Amino acid sequence: MIEVIAGFLILTGAGFFIAGSIGLLRLPDLCCRLHALTKVDNLGLGLTLIGITLLEGSVVFGLKALLTWLLVMVSGAASAHLIANFDSRQTE
Amino acid sequence: MFDEQVIYGLTGMLLFVVGLRGALLHPLLLGQIIAFNISGAGLFLTLVAVAYDGGASPADPVIHALVLTGIVVAISATAFALAIARRIRGNIND
Amino acid sequence: MSAAVTLVDLVLSAVLIVLACSALAVRSLRQGIPLFISFGLLLALIWARLAAPDLAIAEAAIGAGLTGGLLMVSLRELPTAANAFAVRFSAGRVLVDLLTLILMVVFTYAFWSGLESNDGGRLVNDVSARLPESGVSNPVTAVLLNFRAYDTLLELAVLLAAVLGIRSVGAPFPGPGTANVMLSGLSNWIVPVLIVTGGYVLWAGADTPGGAFQAGAILAAALIMLRLNGHDVVQGIGLRAERVSLSCGVMGFLLVGGAVMLNDSVFLRYPTEWAGSLILVIEVLATMAITFSLANAFAAPPAGGPASV
Repeated sequence: MIEVIAGFLILTGAGFFIAGSIGLLRLPDLCCRLHALTKVDNLGLGLTLIGITLLEGSVVFGLKALLTWLLVMVSGAASAHLIANFDSRQTE
Repeated sequence: MFDEQVIYGLTGMLLFVVGLRGALLHPLLLGQIIAFNISGAGLFLTLVAVAYDGGASPADPVIHALVLTGIVVAISATAFALAIARRIRGNIND
Repeated sequence: MSAAVTLVDLVLSAVLIVLACSALAVRSLRQGIPLFISFGLLLALIWARLAAPDLAIAEAAIGAGLTGGLLMVSLRELPTAANAFAVRFSAGRVLVDLLTLILMVVFTYAFWSGLESNDGGRLVNDVSARLPESGVSNPVTAVLLNFRAYDTLLELAVLLAAVLGIRSVGAPFPGPGTANVMLSGLSNWIVPVLIVTGGYVLWAGADTPGGAFQAGAILAAALIMLRLNGHDVVQGIGLRAERVSLSCGVMGFLLVGGAVMLNDSVFLRYPTEWAGSLILVIEVLATMAITFSLANAFAAPPAGGPASV
């Protein structure tokens, strides 16, 4: 039962990653692409990590996964801001 | 001989050859430096594929240590190459 | 089950090759360099797949992270888009393609016959047999710092030589940037996390995947983040401290290796009961040297010119 839930979560996370990649390739503007990447990758990574934690079953692993997710979100948000900032200064 | 060894070994050699071709034919100096890095990565991939012994038994640590040394040497060489490249081709205001 | 795993391996390898070829074939290296960074990260994933976790950490930190960072910083100063990009159909190009093909065939044959004729003897058995005497329980660390310590000494010397070369002939990088609000906010959180993680990876390298090189790369990343915010630690510590921090890896190794000669008259043969502590001492000094050497690759030569080092 746990495996089914975990598998479903991981597949949903993978689906979000695919959506983000398609957004990276198909969206017209830099800011649109950054939006797609950061929004979707946070959720995609979060769901995948929850699924893996369910499979592993240990609290310590869950805490490490949570820390990883927070670090990815923070660095993703900051990088997206810096890229958008640089781009807006370029096109001034 | 495992499937993974064959797949990753051949991939590694293909990467080495792609990098070699890029190093010889790429018009930009920066591109040639990247090509050498790709070559090195391909070499490491082949080595680690040889070291692999199936998921259950431990892989060969001597080869892993060799590749780790190689990764550090590769970045040293890349950093030095970039420093020289910026000196000879860069736009610096001396 | 095993067919699905093989399929994943094939897909990973195919994407790896596509990334490598695209990095070299795109019109502008502004796109090529992020492709190369992705190549490095995918390679780190493949190391984890091939039961090489030490290498995975090292490749992600050094191969993808620091090398990618170096390339990105050089984007500003080196030409990144060529006008005559597609080399004309010339004899040289045909010759190189032919060489490439021949090499690939030769390598495939050599690799295949090498794998086929393997008699089953593996070095991992020898290492596992002597592992209890080495002072650590991570076999890669044991090989790096005990069984093949001489190679690691020379590797640190190569790193030092590269830094000396960069500082003497390299062109200066632009100075530390003005602090962006977002970047300084990020650094306030990330730099302490990096320092703690680096220290942990160094300590844990004795028993679990990790070690001096991975820790050194993580700490170098912390120093680089500080530099991006305007705090140039690498050059703010003064000339004497700079010299010590760069050379302490090689010097520590030589001193330890020489000191154990008093016991056994063989360079770098640690006495068994001291092996763990000696390895720790060498690893700490090596981490400091690696940190400052890698951070120096991103730094500008001192204000007095290269000769004042």
